[in-house]
Amino acid sequence: MSGGTGEVYRVDWVPGTDLLHGTCHCGREHRAEDPVRMWEWMLAHPQGHRLPEDDS
Amino acid sequence: MPHMTAFARNQWYVAAYSHEVGRELLGRSVCGETLVLYRTEEEGTPVVLHDRCVHRRYPLSQAPTRLDGDRIVCGYHGFTYDTTGTCVYVPGQKRIPRTARVASYPVVEQDSLIWVWIGDPELADPGGIPRARHLDAPGWVTVRGMEPIDCDYGLLVDNLLDLSHETYLHGGYIGTPEVAETPITTEVDEGAGVVRVSRRMDDAECPPFYARSTGIEGRITRWQDIEYQAPCLYVLHSRVAPVGVLPRPDGSDPDAFHTEVTYAITPSGDGTVYDFWAVSRDWATDDEEVTEFLRASNHTVVMQDVDALNLLQRTLGTERHGYQELSINIDTGGLAARRILARLVEEGAKPEEKVR
Repeated sequence: MSGGTGEVYRVDWVPGTDLLHGTCHCGREHRAEDPVRMWEWMLAHPQGHRLPEDDS
Repeated sequence: MPHMTAFARNQWYVAAYSHEVGRELLGRSVCGETLVLYRTEEEGTPVVLHDRCVHRRYPLSQAPTRLDGDRIVCGYHGFTYDTTGTCVYVPGQKRIPRTARVASYPVVEQDSLIWVWIGDPELADPGGIPRARHLDAPGWVTVRGMEPIDCDYGLLVDNLLDLSHETYLHGGYIGTPEVAETPITTEVDEGAGVVRVSRRMDDAECPPFYARSTGIEGRITRWQDIEYQAPCLYVLHSRVAPVGVLPRPDGSDPDAFHTEVTYAITPSGDGTVYDFWAVSRDWATDDEEVTEFLRASNHTVVMQDVDALNLLQRTLGTERHGYQELSINIDTGGLAARRILARLVEEGAKPEEKVR
């Protein structure tokens, strides 16, 4: 069960801020202040995903 | 009517600890299914049957129902079942009706836990049961207990996936200000149904739970790494060390105190859950005083959760027109767990799962 599938979503709470930084298993990244919206973005993969450089 | 999390079928659930199942009949309900548990006389193999006699539905876990060898004799009219649930005797007649059988459940005893498969028995794969080896491994000492809670099991999942509540609900025991203040990292392994929430506190107050048991004086480095293998098994890998003490470059970690805090979150019925809790440690393993302290203080902590969740469920039940919640950063892991549970519920309800 814990072997994993490689499809790992990751959300880091950026230290010192209220921001969440999400990384989809496809490598796309996203920032949000609300975990509900973060998961909506994440799980919409690949819809609405942008390349990391688009976020800067 | 408060929100109720549906049950995820075609999953393994902890129905009991190994030590609870013996030659006395034990009744449990898992995902709304009533079960009777016992062990066979010679081999000690656990048996799990549906806890209702086919005749007049008498609960087989209740006296004067009794065991006759490996057979279970209903205490009402004497219908007798073997370990497969097949009826082998009915009173007063030779012909046993073809439909006289109670369901038997796939069962696996592993890591001192009795796991029961709820769903289509043909889909039961013991290889899919998550491990908790520390519960039964040499070098580890475990204190444990089980508390039924009158709440939706989703509330207990919420509670355990967000440990910031330790600061407030468990202040003076396991909570310190740093728990709620320290940002978390959340990882979701979608296919495996695993949520990991990590909170690394570099310089934290040592809560009494650890100060008194480890003897550490002063501030600590405290790591909390949650691993939730939905729907049932939750393990908090806790590492406590004097501040600044980290694992060595070779990966060994002899100067830290490792504690595995295990929960089995087993939905019992609508609005009821079994809270199986265990605290395992690899330090001071022969110190009985530490064992008793951890047993008593963790029981206190568990009862603080039990009281809070009982109250929360009652309170949600008074909401006449539904309610909205507000989620913030601390809820990132809990939200992920809810979503995985929703997926497992959906998959467990699909008839096509049977052809896999």
